[in-house]
Amino acid sequence: MDLSSINPILLLASIMAASTPILLAAIGELIVERSGVLNLGVEGMMITGAICGFAIAVGTGSPAIGFIGGAVGGALLSLLFALLTQVALANHVASGLALTLFGLGLSSLLGQGYVGVKPPPTPKLDIPVLGDIPLLGPILFSHDLMVYVALALVAGVWAMLKYSRAGLILRAVGENHDAAHALGYKVVRVRIAAIAFGGACAGLGGAYLSLVRVPQWTEGMTAGIGWIALALVVFASWKAGRVLLGAWLFGGVSVLQLNLQAAGVAIPVEYLSMSPYVITILVLVIMSADKSRAPASLGRIFHASQ
Amino acid sequence: MTLKTILTGAVMALGLTAAGAQAQDDTTKVGFIYVGPIGDGGWTYEHDQGRLAVEEHFGDQVETVYQESVPEGADAQRAITQMALNGADLIFTTSFGFMDPTLAVAKKFPNVKFEHATGYKTAPNVSTYSARFYEGRAIQGHIAGKMTKSNIVGYIASYPIPEVIRGINAAFIHARKVNPDVEFKIIWAYTWFDPAKEADAATALIEQGADVILQHTDSTAPQAAAEKAGDVVTFGQASDMAEYKPFPRVSSIIDDWKPYYIARTQAVIDGTWTSQQVWDGIGPGMVGIGEITEAVPADVRDEALALKEAIASGEYHPFTGPLKKQDGSDWLADGETADDGTLLGMDFYVEGLNAEIPQ
Amino acid sequence: MKLQLEKRPQPSRRWIYLSPLLAVVITMLVGGALFAALGKNPVEAIATIFWEPLFGEFAFYYRPQLLVKGAPLILIAIGLSLGFRAGIWNIGAEGQYIIGALSGAGVALAFYPLDAWFVFPLMALAGALGGWAWGMIPAVLKLRFGTNEILVSLMLVYVAEQLLAAMALGPMKNPDGMGFPGSRNLQDYPAAHNADLITGSGLHWGVVAALVAVIAAYILLGRHMLGYQIRLSGEAPRAARFAGVKPGLLTLFCLGTSGALAGLAGMFEVSGPAGQVSIDFNVGYGFTAIIVAFLGRLHPVGIALAGLLMALTYIGGEIAQGNLGLPAAAIQMFQGMLLFFLLAVDVLTNYRLRLLRRPEAA
Repeated sequence: MDLSSINPILLLASIMAASTPILLAAIGELIVERSGVLNLGVEGMMITGAICGFAIAVGTGSPAIGFIGGAVGGALLSLLFALLTQVALANHVASGLALTLFGLGLSSLLGQGYVGVKPPPTPKLDIPVLGDIPLLGPILFSHDLMVYVALALVAGVWAMLKYSRAGLILRAVGENHDAAHALGYKVVRVRIAAIAFGGACAGLGGAYLSLVRVPQWTEGMTAGIGWIALALVVFASWKAGRVLLGAWLFGGVSVLQLNLQAAGVAIPVEYLSMSPYVITILVLVIMSADKSRAPASLGRIFHASQ
Repeated sequence: MTLKTILTGAVMALGLTAAGAQAQDDTTKVGFIYVGPIGDGGWTYEHDQGRLAVEEHFGDQVETVYQESVPEGADAQRAITQMALNGADLIFTTSFGFMDPTLAVAKKFPNVKFEHATGYKTAPNVSTYSARFYEGRAIQGHIAGKMTKSNIVGYIASYPIPEVIRGINAAFIHARKVNPDVEFKIIWAYTWFDPAKEADAATALIEQGADVILQHTDSTAPQAAAEKAGDVVTFGQASDMAEYKPFPRVSSIIDDWKPYYIARTQAVIDGTWTSQQVWDGIGPGMVGIGEITEAVPADVRDEALALKEAIASGEYHPFTGPLKKQDGSDWLADGETADDGTLLGMDFYVEGLNAEIPQ
Repeated sequence: MKLQLEKRPQPSRRWIYLSPLLAVVITMLVGGALFAALGKNPVEAIATIFWEPLFGEFAFYYRPQLLVKGAPLILIAIGLSLGFRAGIWNIGAEGQYIIGALSGAGVALAFYPLDAWFVFPLMALAGALGGWAWGMIPAVLKLRFGTNEILVSLMLVYVAEQLLAAMALGPMKNPDGMGFPGSRNLQDYPAAHNADLITGSGLHWGVVAALVAVIAAYILLGRHMLGYQIRLSGEAPRAARFAGVKPGLLTLFCLGTSGALAGLAGMFEVSGPAGQVSIDFNVGYGFTAIIVAFLGRLHPVGIALAGLLMALTYIGGEIAQGNLGLPAAAIQMFQGMLLFFLLAVDVLTNYRLRLLRRPEAA
């Protein structure tokens, strides 16, 4: 065992990069759930975003356009879910599961010609001066653009929910859709917009995987990350700031256990891998004493005539 | 489309399959059961390349069918049965977890031949085949020992099973042989295929000073992580991973099932197929060593190629004594080579490895 | 002009029966277009999926397989539907299924190789208890702390999956298995083997249990006080409280029952068709059963039919892969579409489409 071989600065920097896909997907799902919709199709939207982003980046040679393509792909798929749950008033849980099934199939069909292709590289931002600051420099300022986009999204969502009128409406719709409707808010429109935003974020997260983290297209490459993003939203008790914390914790546990192994520490991997989920349940229990609970209308179907 | 047209279509379709069943008497039908999607770029991809090679080699004489992403267990049994029912003459089941289902189906179809990859149970109509990947690991270990400057070699392992442990030992023995200071850092990923996790594992190893990464997982994510780091050497696994040539990927172990699949199909056509247990290595061509690139110094490349020749000809066995187990007890005396039984059930590290096998 | 949905005073009986048929027809059309786009004969592909397993050349083999594939789905979905009707959302059946399988297999492996009649009943008991216990965690947390059972039960799926991997690689590993992960094959241990009751019929104890569950649920919901309370809690929670329903007890009952049934399904699977505890033992029955429960409109008979339909698309899809070379992904998409359409047309049962000629008065 040689713990000194773990470099804490590099470890923190990797955790930041490793947590980006779940962070993106989770911040999108947070908005969806805050509007009172439970979309379990995150995995399907992520992998669709992964292949759309990949294909478009390869086609155009530009990772930036690829990321946009990934977001659009995820959003388009999520509109199917919106159609089912908001227009056809289908059950959220079942529709989300169907969306994942559909997305996994769709992505592998779309990706058939892209196995073994290398995407155009996404450049790292070399931020002058800031990047040279000892300690903080490598941890905070040595990443690619998407890491900062993800952070900016978290900040944006936080500010939107807390200060803006749009955030107020979103929360009203999520807490009590009947009251929100009575107040004249367009419940269905708000929710469709939220679902599309969630899809776009999940798509971005997927594209980050296929263009930066891995970077390659392989079938089933999300390997369950979308489900972790769902757990993360709960862990964060539907608060933007805590999503960030949670993403670092979830990403951190995984990166840390790999680092501990590399340093020669014999750890029971499966039991450690369980820990984020057990912690999430504990957080739910602790939170129950707190005011911050799940949006009251979460997963309930809304129809104006009710 | 009305219900009636659908039904007529169905009847037509039935007619078609019945016609197919008659036509197949002169063609040999070969089936493949895959555990992953053919687009995984690794394990299943290479098996499918083998299938395509069979098609190309035999042309109209042979028809191939496959089913991908078959879960192990009850679903596998049904998939195999279905192929047998539909007139397959030879069926390759290409994952360890298909072992019991393959044997169960084989019992019901004594006239169909079965080939199960990486297992250990046989029957009169079931053969097993597997590749001596550890021979390739020995060559990788040699190159790794020569190439490392930090003397730290990172190893991304999948599950603690004999096959993987064998690979670690073979690589370590040969790395130590050329570099007495080399150390291995081993990460168990507990997956065969999870690109994001493999990328994290590679990054963790690189951050802890590894400048050579060996992987026993199937995605190219570690290659990309090494490329990003800039000065880290990697090796392709399962497939050539040629897109990362000439650096970081300096060589590779390729699962080459083509010759075997063609030979066994030929045996069925000729009626000479018999049950056997095949464990082939570099010599018969089941394990391919991908091009050793310019990034490797010429003398090291020559040594590696010489090692490959010696293993291929059978002149040298990668597990040749004197070797001790990790706990210091004797394993192989001077000049003694390991027997296949011990290798197949290998559950210990050799002396010098500074790690524990997870229990 | 504008289309508007108008809630029916009562669900339309006609559409209850018509909507699934409509969905299947739409799926055939759209799915056929997909197959055609992939260069396959659409009629042939769809006939293979829906016709071949039932009436094709090898139907003698596929028909029993429909039972093998459908039984766990039905058994789990019946349990889930009770809770869903009462507004209690257990989406962690996959985890309860895994724990049930581990408990059942644990008993079998502990007795191995003892050949005694009581081994299998004990396994069934352990499987049900294991699933029940796993289901009680979200129930108790909900009662004690008010946590959301959707989320807790989902989290417990991941925990169960890790536990499964740990067991397959550790304590339950087959000592004669050359070091490979996975337990002994229970099919080779007669006292623990959940074999076909009539050879080749596909009729194992899990199928029997599914049938019993369907009948029991039918009676419970139609004739029993508890069933009335379940329905009332879902449809009118406040009225239910006035009628003397204790929501806490109902939560315990629904989550416990669905957990126990999922656990039983896991136990029957591990001791029968699957045979062994392996890392990838669970193939998503717990999640698919949620879909089955909804497709069956949460009605016991509907669930039985939906489970069989789902099994049909799995088996037919496999045949289409093998015979026509359709990629697995296309089948997956086809199933996804079928679910989409089934869910979407359900709206016609409870709502009427109205064409508004004038713009809505704001």
